[in-house]
Amino acid sequence: MKAFSAALDLRRYVGRWTLHSAIHAGRFAYMIMDLVRGILEWRVWFPRMMQQTMAIGYGSLFIVLLVAGFAGAVTSLQAGYQFTGQLPLYVAGGIISESMILELGPVLTGLILAGRIGARYAAELGSMRVTEQIDALESLGRSPVTHLLLPRILAGLIAIPVLVMLANAFGIAVGYITAQSSLGLTYADFEFGARYFFKPLDLWYSLIKSFAFAIAVTVIPCYIGFNTQQGAEGVGRATTQAVVAASVTILMLDTILTKLILGTVH
Amino acid sequence: MIELKKVSKRFVDNVVLDGVDFLVNEGETVALLGPSGVGKSVLLKHIIGLIKPDAGEVWVDGLLVAALGRKELAELRSHIGYVFQNGALFDSMDVFENIRLGITDEKLYNDKEYCVQRVTECLRLVNLQDEVGRKLPSELSGGMRKRVGIARAIAGKPTYLLYDEPTSGLDPVNADVIDSLIERLQQEIGVTSVVVTHDVRGAFRVADRIALLAQAKIRAVGTAEEIIASRDPLVQQFLERDLEGAILQANEETRQEDEARGKSKWT
Repeated sequence: MKAFSAALDLRRYVGRWTLHSAIHAGRFAYMIMDLVRGILEWRVWFPRMMQQTMAIGYGSLFIVLLVAGFAGAVTSLQAGYQFTGQLPLYVAGGIISESMILELGPVLTGLILAGRIGARYAAELGSMRVTEQIDALESLGRSPVTHLLLPRILAGLIAIPVLVMLANAFGIAVGYITAQSSLGLTYADFEFGARYFFKPLDLWYSLIKSFAFAIAVTVIPCYIGFNTQQGAEGVGRATTQAVVAASVTILMLDTILTKLILGTVH
Repeated sequence: MIELKKVSKRFVDNVVLDGVDFLVNEGETVALLGPSGVGKSVLLKHIIGLIKPDAGEVWVDGLLVAALGRKELAELRSHIGYVFQNGALFDSMDVFENIRLGITDEKLYNDKEYCVQRVTECLRLVNLQDEVGRKLPSELSGGMRKRVGIARAIAGKPTYLLYDEPTSGLDPVNADVIDSLIERLQQEIGVTSVVVTHDVRGAFRVADRIALLAQAKIRAVGTAEEIIASRDPLVQQFLERDLEGAILQANEETRQEDEARGKSKWT
């Protein structure tokens, strides 16, 4: 009897999960279709996109550079710890610049922005949903997707890659300063090492990752915030879900893109 | 004309509307009465297509709402003004921009001179000073937010006005102001209106006809006299309870006035 009841519960659970997944897939597909359709209404989203780009770009610059700076410094110190007496010092220049460009710059910036921009988008849109502001926009015959989602997503697609590139540059600069003061690495050695290991594909890889992360950091929180339910508690839940989902997606994309782009180059 | 034919709606296991028929004639004001949480707002959202019925049809202006495409629905909505329960004002914009967004004609919306003139006109129609236009929604009182919500709803010169609990959460004085505003707008701009409320006195004051929604169905429809004369026990129970509520509210107001004068028996 117990086994039968457990089997029934499992069936219910699987059934509900399947139904919820199908509902989300449908809603998500509709949102993407609306986003594509909305691109034609550039008069509506363009000024709002500029405002959002300024807000998230300037607003996130300090924390992004701070994190990149510390990442560069730590990489430099660890390189010193591992290579002193083992390898020529210029190798540290290559390690610092490659670590920043290939991994630390895009991933750390992506994760920081998943918290900063993702939480902001989900909370803003969630509050607008529960206070009926999104319904109000629809009741006025205006598309919430064009007015609210499209400017936010496009702003992220512009600002995030720029922030990642700035993080890469700043992290490398701080890494060099740290290496110079702690290891006595000269600029000539640092530059030689950095150039020795650098390939143009590295920068493309970093840029492609930053675009992919920008999609994760904007589209997922916008979807979750837009479909918030159940008042203040719902907004809190949506914000947490948005940050977690965007962060996990970034880590997954990181692995997939690395395999796709670098995994084939030997 | 607005017409709901056998409309049904359920949320999970909760049946909110069960085969509801509802008719609002051209130029008429109908109040939809009912206890809180009975589904009055859900019915109102069906009219504007924010919620789709599980069964039945919603017709507005001779158009079947569920069959409309994106553009046609947006076009229909531009003829309907919707006053939300808590105003639903965009908190990142000032009052001027909120009302301006109600101008649904894209050409007029981009004409700055027209917008200034129309927003000022709407503010005056709802008895608000021009300076209010520069304030943010967070700087407004509950009554003012409701009035700005009404101003936004009328900015596009709609043919239909839907009010969702326009007086809920307001003190009797402000509720009276909103009721007289609805009456005045009805006379001045002559729109077809649906007023969702649980305030019996307000409904009797502003409406040509009254409908009572209870237990997922329209239990009674008619003029104020016809509703009062209804023998349906549920209708009578609702009217009596509301009057009891009104008496309690009046007693509370007297107590507060006494308190303010320092004559309260509690002090």
